[in-house]
Amino acid sequence: MIGYAIQRIGVAILIVLLAITALFIMIQFVPGDPANVMLGPRATPELKEALRERLHLNDNVFVQIYYFFIGVLQGDLGADLTSNRPVVEILAEQVPYTAMLVLSILLVTLLGIPIGTYAAVHRGGAFDQISGVVSVSLIAVPPIVIGLYLILFFSVQLKWLPAIGAGEGSFGVIKHLILPTFAIGLTWIGYVSRLVRASVIDVLMQNHVKTARAFGIPENRVLRRYVLRVALPATVTVLGVSIGFILSSAVIVEILFARPGIGKLAYDAVISRNYPVVMGTVLASTVFIVIATTLSDLLNVMLDPRSREQNT
Amino acid sequence: MTDIPATNPPSRKKRISRLFRDLCSSPLGAFSCFIVLSFFVVGIFADFITPYDPIKIDIRNKLTGPTRDHWLGTDQLGRDVLSRLIVGTKVALYLAVTSVSIALVIGTVLGMLAAFTNRWVDWALLLVFDTVRSFPGIMFALTVVALFGPSVNSIVAIVVVSTFPSYARLVRTQVMSLRNAEFIEAQRAMGASLPRILRLHILPNVIGPVLIVASMDVPLVIGVEAGLSFLGLGVRPPTPSWGAILNDGFTFIRNTSWIVFAGGLPLILTTVAFTSLGERLRDILDPKLRK
Repeated sequence: MIGYAIQRIGVAILIVLLAITALFIMIQFVPGDPANVMLGPRATPELKEALRERLHLNDNVFVQIYYFFIGVLQGDLGADLTSNRPVVEILAEQVPYTAMLVLSILLVTLLGIPIGTYAAVHRGGAFDQISGVVSVSLIAVPPIVIGLYLILFFSVQLKWLPAIGAGEGSFGVIKHLILPTFAIGLTWIGYVSRLVRASVIDVLMQNHVKTARAFGIPENRVLRRYVLRVALPATVTVLGVSIGFILSSAVIVEILFARPGIGKLAYDAVISRNYPVVMGTVLASTVFIVIATTLSDLLNVMLDPRSREQNT
Repeated sequence: MTDIPATNPPSRKKRISRLFRDLCSSPLGAFSCFIVLSFFVVGIFADFITPYDPIKIDIRNKLTGPTRDHWLGTDQLGRDVLSRLIVGTKVALYLAVTSVSIALVIGTVLGMLAAFTNRWVDWALLLVFDTVRSFPGIMFALTVVALFGPSVNSIVAIVVVSTFPSYARLVRTQVMSLRNAEFIEAQRAMGASLPRILRLHILPNVIGPVLIVASMDVPLVIGVEAGLSFLGLGVRPPTPSWGAILNDGFTFIRNTSWIVFAGGLPLILTTVAFTSLGERLRDILDPKLRK
């Protein structure tokens, strides 16, 4: 187990290194001189040279990557090109908003568990069929479209919920979280309910459940103790692996709802070609995703040693 | 050597027609088939069936809402929304077909390579697949757009890079399980070359699951286009794309909610149709894959 954990963590670090290297190499392909892009056409040659020197742009890519990671290890991600504030500081400001959104999405997806369980137990019934069609539809439709329709109905037509910003005070914050959360969360409720349904159906047919029933244990208790305990861990770990997708849609939805957060930050940085901030946001989100997937992999192996073979 | 009388499986034509019948039998299946078919037809013949020029500006008739002349109303410049949606279908179809087929080919080849070469190549490829998977998709998309500018081809590149690993991983696992199957060993013993085995004996066995994933990836392409064009980073105006139409509608959502409502419908219909078709295809082709 410990050997496997070390191996997984090693791979995780390697993945972060590779991702950042890929990003640096991509930036090498930008047509023109990055210093030009950053400073604009009216900058003096001395100014450009100073910037090139400061950002190590005169060295080759791998030296630049080396300097970048030395910086990362010292907690220094460079400075915002426009405001000259440290990128780390800006990230620290924005991360909580995104983290809050992702967390509330994860909470909402748990609604998929009772839906999926009920559908599985009453397999083939009306609820099962309707929830099946609804979940597949929710999985298919892009979060941005769901978000737009939510805004259309709940903010523009009914005027129940705000469509813009992050809100102040705990009540305001929650009110502002509802629509963005469901814009992404609905997809994942559908996804989780399908997964739970499939694994509950799977477990219901296993021998230990038959045995439990044969012992005369009440059906509710069988479901709780013998079915869900086997069926749920796999589902939860799938959510861990999917966190990258959730984060990706969170970025778009943040922009749709004009919420502060990593997404807004990255978007603005990309638009203004603020490369240090782009690097910072990509690094932060990659690290976040790698940690989430690695943890859920490890959790999965801990709960179910059989899965180790599939993952290696 | 005497000929062994072979019990022929049903001819390919017959099998395909039976597959279509199975696919479209239930009400939902028929609905999905109809939508997918219309998606192709409207996309291919878009230029011939638009009632108006999709980029013709008629400022006096802006934001009308549905009228007899403009069934789905007009946008902020008086352009006919229905015509714009129809031409948007062409863009979506082009994106879906090119990016999904490129990703499918690259993924399948790399997956086979990973399964059939030595352990180190396999390991290196797996690492690449996992890296791509861990790279937050939207960040990658934003970076690509920042570097190469917003265009249809940027969207294709983004979708290809972010989806080929799922094909590669799928093909790899499938091929791994086939690699030591007896009928492959028999081919090898008879001296068949590796490319021949891959092409004639492995490929037909992995293509089913790959097509299922492809069908399910179409909604993804449409979502990426919608997202990027909505952010103003996708298809360039004045070319109408579904995302761009939504963006226009969102800007004027306080004046009329009609454009967002109408603009979202083709997106919802196609994504739902392709996903449920993919699910049905999976149920029919490979009951084992059903999760």
